Amino acid sequence: MSLREGPFGDIKAPLRWTALAAVAIAMVLAAALFGNAKRMGEGAITRAREAVDQAAEPVGYVLSAPIRWVEAGDSAVGDYLFAASQNARLKAELRQMSAWRDKAIALEEQNARYRALMGVKTDPPIPMVFARTVLDSRGPFSNTRLADVGSDRGVIEGNPVLSERGLVGRVLGVSRTASRILLLTDPESRTPVLMPRTNARAILTGDGGPSPRLDFLRSHDPVRAGDMVLTSGDGGVFPRGLPVGVIYQGVGGDWRVALYADSSAIDYVRILLFRDFSQLIAPGDLGPKTLPSAMTEEPSESIIGPPPATPTVKPAPPAAPKTAPAALKAKPGSAPASPASASAEASAEGAPR
Amino acid sequence: MAPRARASGGMTSRLDPIRWLGLPALLCALASLLLAMPIRVLGLQLPEPVFAMAPAFAWAVIRPSILPPFVLLALGAFLDILWGAPVGLWPLVLLTLYAPVLAARPFLIGQDFAVLWGWYVAACALAFGTGYAIVAARYGVAPNLVGLGWQFLATAALFPLSWRLIERYEDADVRFR
Repeated sequence: MSLREGPFGDIKAPLRWTALAAVAIAMVLAAALFGNAKRMGEGAITRAREAVDQAAEPVGYVLSAPIRWVEAGDSAVGDYLFAASQNARLKAELRQMSAWRDKAIALEEQNARYRALMGVKTDPPIPMVFARTVLDSRGPFSNTRLADVGSDRGVIEGNPVLSERGLVGRVLGVSRTASRILLLTDPESRTPVLMPRTNARAILTGDGGPSPRLDFLRSHDPVRAGDMVLTSGDGGVFPRGLPVGVIYQGVGGDWRVALYADSSAIDYVRILLFRDFSQLIAPGDLGPKTLPSAMTEEPSESIIGPPPATPTVKPAPPAAPKTAPAALKAKPGSAPASPASASAEASAEGAPR
Repeated sequence: MAPRARASGGMTSRLDPIRWLGLPALLCALASLLLAMPIRVLGLQLPEPVFAMAPAFAWAVIRPSILPPFVLLALGAFLDILWGAPVGLWPLVLLTLYAPVLAARPFLIGQDFAVLWGWYVAACALAFGTGYAIVAARYGVAPNLVGLGWQFLATAALFPLSWRLIERYEDADVRFR
């Protein structure tokens, strides 16, 4: 029996209002999706995004192949036609670079001596993988790229991404064979940076335009046009010292950064397999493996027990000194203070700091 | 219905959902994918118009229907995933374009090319304004107006595609003429 012949056959809903109701339902669904949307992390949407990224990566690779061939052909023709002028320019650059090389060698040797004298620990080299970007989003609301390496090459969320000239962004999501890169220009991007000239810190904030702005600058006159910007390493997402760009003053008077990475096509990128600062040092080196004894104001009493490294120390007699005030007595369940820990604390207090 | 549509000059077609909704949506997805290539011509990046706004406007003008809002929901979610935006942003933007055009449909049907283009530009401006407000509220950063302007202009230039879709299907169902 069709609907027209049934009991609801006489019901006539105006199609325009029904369509508007459908619009309302779709908007509620979209708002719910947007409210729960996360660009990183777990969830069904993230898994869907990873699946689409993984499927789009070979498509983007194939679609961009003819363009790469044209660019390669154009480059070859240009190299052939302008070989003589390029040769002269490269010779001039080589002469300049030779002088810089000698200076760099001298500075490197000097640096090594200073480090040895001061006992400075330098960061170990960070492993990296090379990738090609195959898809690109350039709008004002999102700036991301899709790279053709993924978790099968060790890439994880948060890894910094560099082009041949400077920092590009960080990995936002990873599937098995593709990675989504959040560019520094994306409105969601926040990058802690520093200006080495003044050691001033700031947050580099993307806004969908080509030049992100510097927020949260402190102190008087901390920057000026032409200052170099590096990652500060604050927060542990990026290692310290990655080149970012050069400062200039925007039209509205705010400080902005012309990104080094923007001066060339970001076709090939390096993804640093940098997790956080814990990979720069051996695990467990950050502090003692056992807690020191914490003393109350009464040197003879302890809130927690002595470290287990001294099991031979005999426990204090069960009777507490009668002179100790009741409020400073050890809490129930805590071990009484040992003479060894008390003397250690006393000597620590007397030691120069 | 189909013979009547053919009798009106051969430019119109029957309102088969696959043809008036599915095919344009698929073409929009493919065009967006194609323009997402990381290409620079003379050092400049390619424009990134929102192709889906053209059929969103046309669908609202052609006839009221329950299906287009959900097609726009799916198409917007695809754009979010393709462009790496938070899922839900582009569905909201597209539906913000669709809803007022559907409400104003009685004023739009039968208008000529230039008038409809004006309405399309106004609807796009409203939709981009909504996107601007949503992103600014979510991230606490006002998106770059220059980038927004370029994307808006590139999208506004797509109206001939919308017009072609309207011409092809607006007489397909005489109940909504």
